[in-house]
Amino acid sequence: MLESLIQNIINALQWGSFYALIALGYTLVYGVLTLINFAHGDVFMVGAYIAFFVATFCLTVLGLPGWVALILVIPLTMILTSLVGVTLERIAYRPLRKKGAHRLYVVITALMCGLILEHANLAILGASRKAFPVLIEVQVYNIGGVTFTNLKIAVIVTAFLSFLFLHWVVTKTRIGMAMRAISYDKFAVPLMGIPLDQIIVVTFILGSGFAGLAGLLFAMSYPVLEPYMGALIGWKAFIAAVVGGIGDIRGAFIGGFLLGAVEIMVVAFFPSTFRDLISFSVLLAILTWKPTGLFGIAQTTKI
Amino acid sequence: MLQRYSVHLILALSGGLLVYLADQEYLSLYTMSVLMFMGVNVILSASLNLVNGYMGEFSCGHAGFMCVGAYVSSLLGVWLFAKDKVFGAALLNPEYALYAFPFVILAGGIAAALAGLLVAVPSYKTRGDYLAIITIAVNYIIISAIENIGAIGGSRGFMGMKRLVNSMEDIIELPWMPIWVFIFTVFSIWLIRRYVSSTFGKGVSAICQDEVAAEIMSVNTNKMKTITFMLSAGLAGIAGGLFAYILGYVNPGSFNIMKSTEVLVMVYLGGMGSLTGSILSAVLFTFMLEGFRFIIPLVNDFAHQVHLIPDSYDISPVWRWVLIPLLLIILMQFRPEGIMGNRELKDIFPRLKKFYRFK
Repeated sequence: MLESLIQNIINALQWGSFYALIALGYTLVYGVLTLINFAHGDVFMVGAYIAFFVATFCLTVLGLPGWVALILVIPLTMILTSLVGVTLERIAYRPLRKKGAHRLYVVITALMCGLILEHANLAILGASRKAFPVLIEVQVYNIGGVTFTNLKIAVIVTAFLSFLFLHWVVTKTRIGMAMRAISYDKFAVPLMGIPLDQIIVVTFILGSGFAGLAGLLFAMSYPVLEPYMGALIGWKAFIAAVVGGIGDIRGAFIGGFLLGAVEIMVVAFFPSTFRDLISFSVLLAILTWKPTGLFGIAQTTKI
Repeated sequence: MLQRYSVHLILALSGGLLVYLADQEYLSLYTMSVLMFMGVNVILSASLNLVNGYMGEFSCGHAGFMCVGAYVSSLLGVWLFAKDKVFGAALLNPEYALYAFPFVILAGGIAAALAGLLVAVPSYKTRGDYLAIITIAVNYIIISAIENIGAIGGSRGFMGMKRLVNSMEDIIELPWMPIWVFIFTVFSIWLIRRYVSSTFGKGVSAICQDEVAAEIMSVNTNKMKTITFMLSAGLAGIAGGLFAYILGYVNPGSFNIMKSTEVLVMVYLGGMGSLTGSILSAVLFTFMLEGFRFIIPLVNDFAHQVHLIPDSYDISPVWRWVLIPLLLIILMQFRPEGIMGNRELKDIFPRLKKFYRFK
């Protein structure tokens, strides 16, 4: 009994790590721009594909051993994926922001960007699924009936390190201070000599970079890639971010693990087809009970 | 006189023409089904416009309500009037199918309206992005609930509605599906128009302008939201019921978030808070979707002939799902208010006011 509990907790931590890493990106962008970046789930998918191409290139063309390839793949994937995120910001969101368009239009644009990423991928690469190459040998450890792999541990540790890093960036650095300032008052910030656009670009770099990292880890854990893989997981990570209280780094992190835990527990006790039904119902209940999420601050409106 | 009855006249003429063309089989089956889906899309985009445009909320789970309507009306119809392996023999004589059909569709609408409560009740306290997430969650909840009911087919879907359509045509030899789609489309547009232009319905625009101020000005915002969400969801359910009977087959997968996005695209293409815009964009969008089906193979052949692309690569029809969002992004950049903005036809052409009245 205890073993299966610990086993489920480890699985929940791993599954929640993906949600948490993606939710961090949602929440960073939302915190700064109050924009729901609906393309983020698909940026995650693009990240997984970029990791696939980089890894295949390293392994077959350069002929590197797996662990060297992995060391190269991690930064390259993060950089290339953040380029995708920044490109979206530069060509789709920024012109709208400069025109002072209603934020709903930016949300629609983001939704459309996500669709374009999905279907362009499908149209260019075809519907066949890609198998991600093996970078490191998966080793299975068994301690007292609890099995876990080195990959699972790596995923969980990466998620925690990413959270600590982002939390440090937002709370301790000058850029983080500027981010918080923008989310506090967007109009006063340029008057204080803070370069608004650069900070926003940095936000997108951070968010998309970690989505790319999540894509890489996901591809290593579940080595089958398909164009729609980002859609459902992206929506769910967004819901996790909202449940945690969107705009708050801690909220996104905890929301991600909460969602992961709920899903794993549902699968442990019910048929696995009930997973979406029950986890979404739980989230609906949380949002009805606490409309701004767990860490969110209720906003007061002035008339 | 002309001003008073011109809309009725146009509707009667176009409806009559449509039925005549369908009855004489001047239009192919494909053209008919595209026209019918156009009607369904008009209902969908107009009903979502009620929430997203007139009330200013951001609902992105409209397909969920469509799903409820589709399943309830198909189950009810098949249970009552058709022999089926799930329900066994028909409960009533199939001769009554024709007269009961509108009620079957309306029952689907009512069920969807009740499902709309799932969004309406949280919307009392929740606003903006948080409400958007609730609508997405409701969409997923509805779909996966139906997927888990094995008795009605689960994720394999449910069929048998064609038998009902056939038994309607046995009673009176007319193309009944186009007729019902036409009637329900006009009914939905009329209902929405009546609702938003009524004194009571002004509260919807008041909520859009400023919810807190509306409440202070004695608009019962909770009641307003409940009714608007339920009306919108109910009309989506009607659209879903028609959709199910046109196809003769439903499965939960066709009402996923992708379908909701399609409806969103139609609303924002047409313009928020404009019924004319919604109708126009639904028609345009359906044409575009079907048009690309023909244009893309043509482009593909042409590109192969002039050796623009390598022989091994074909331009797949998936590209239409790249082009349509791209079109919308460009639209958002240069004309974010959509085709019509929040204006109706008579605001753009004031002279038309002399010739028609539509309330």
